[in-house]
Amino acid sequence: MSDTSASPTPRAGAAFWAVLRREFAGYFRTPLAYVFLAVFNAFAISLAFFVGNIYEAGVASLDRFFLYHPWLWAFLAPAAGARLWAEERRQGTIELLLTWPVTVWQAALGKFFAAWLFLGCALLITLPMAFTVCYLGDPDVGVIVSGYVGSFLCAGACLGIAAIASALTRSQVIAFVTGFLACFVLVLVGYGVFDELLAGAFGPSGQIELRWRGVSVLLTQEEIRRLGLWRNLEPFTLGLIDLRPTAYFLTAAFAGLGLSTLIVERR
Amino acid sequence: MALIEVSHLQKSYGAIRAVKDVSFSVERGEVVGFLGPNGAGKSTTMKLLTGYLRPDAGSAVVAGFDVTENPVAAKAHLGYSPEGAPAYGEMTVREFLRFAAELRGLADPAQRVADTLKLCRLEEVAGQAVDTLSKGYRMRVGFAQAVIHDPAVLILDEPTDGLDPNQKFEVRRILKDMAARKAVIVSTHILEEVGELCTRVIVIAQGEVRCDESKERFLKRGADLNQVFRQLTA
Repeated sequence: MSDTSASPTPRAGAAFWAVLRREFAGYFRTPLAYVFLAVFNAFAISLAFFVGNIYEAGVASLDRFFLYHPWLWAFLAPAAGARLWAEERRQGTIELLLTWPVTVWQAALGKFFAAWLFLGCALLITLPMAFTVCYLGDPDVGVIVSGYVGSFLCAGACLGIAAIASALTRSQVIAFVTGFLACFVLVLVGYGVFDELLAGAFGPSGQIELRWRGVSVLLTQEEIRRLGLWRNLEPFTLGLIDLRPTAYFLTAAFAGLGLSTLIVERR
Repeated sequence: MALIEVSHLQKSYGAIRAVKDVSFSVERGEVVGFLGPNGAGKSTTMKLLTGYLRPDAGSAVVAGFDVTENPVAAKAHLGYSPEGAPAYGEMTVREFLRFAAELRGLADPAQRVADTLKLCRLEEVAGQAVDTLSKGYRMRVGFAQAVIHDPAVLILDEPTDGLDPNQKFEVRRILKDMAARKAVIVSTHILEEVGELCTRVIVIAQGEVRCDESKERFLKRGADLNQVFRQLTA
């Protein structure tokens, strides 16, 4: 420590990776991560067995396992994402982070991918489920892989929503609850009871015309249904990696990331 | 060229004008004591200077880089410890400093961390989580992350707040050691600190600079510094 000119302008990548590593390791610094992984695993498997009756179905496939993933992610992605910004605000470290030579975008990307990676870990731990199915029967491995890809993308979409919730508050609890509610709506869209409610609102024509100052938009029930998480995950569980659901999940993930970053930037 | 150039900074929070029109500059080797009552705009001025807040008008230039136009370059030359010395509580002191070093892209981060631990006398608590430290150590951790890259400009918001006399002495000792090579701004409530630490005094009240002069001139204003302070900030 001799010369004051020793402060370099860091490479953009260095800051991103430093934030990503810290955030990812951060999950495992508290017992929360292990509780999270255990809960995810327990629910993912027990829902498939006891609610989905995956065993009794007698078919070597994981579609009944993935069926419940939108519910799991709606609950657990906000749980993992609540700390993204809320914790920085509560600890006051946001003032440190944003006065270090890092742009808000680098920090936000590092945080988001760390959280997404963590959710990916939760998903990986359920792999014995896939191995079991492979052992007991002769499933299409491609279909299982595409199911996992879809579930991971679905997690990213929920995390995008959770990131917005986290950027808006300094309380992790509030961030979690708002994030969960928003994701929950996306789970319900397209589900039985909710779909009937929606049908009632739309009437027999299945469409509603929204008018505002001479601009009119025709909204069909089908378009609302397309926003549902399961509706977009389902093709993946059948072995189809389609452009439309992929784009849907990625749009939700990155729109959430972008919007949360703008919120933090406007502090 | 001055290492810190602040000209006509303004910042409002809604209807409250926290910083009205603040200008000053700080040269290398100067330690400026930032004095003022609570809510005077000291912390806001520091937040503007470090790029945490964006000014409504005016500019802040650190080591030749405008904080608003070229924030990353400006921040690379800046060390800042916010009020209360926030830190990632669940990390150990060593992990936290290592993170600061890596994020700043310093060459040989391990060596930097070791040097900084030694400089700030944090070696014995290096393996402890920041949350478990006493206030004195916490403040030193905040100080350590601010100097790990040996910045040209050092900005410390109440670095001795809540410390016992020995700990205050310790912080002042480290500051004095490095002050000659840097431009330093230290905000404080403690008027006695001016005499021991600073080379210059800036008094801020109601978002305006009320006094900006050398320590010697400031101390000549009166024997009772509390009285002087009350008059200046009234």
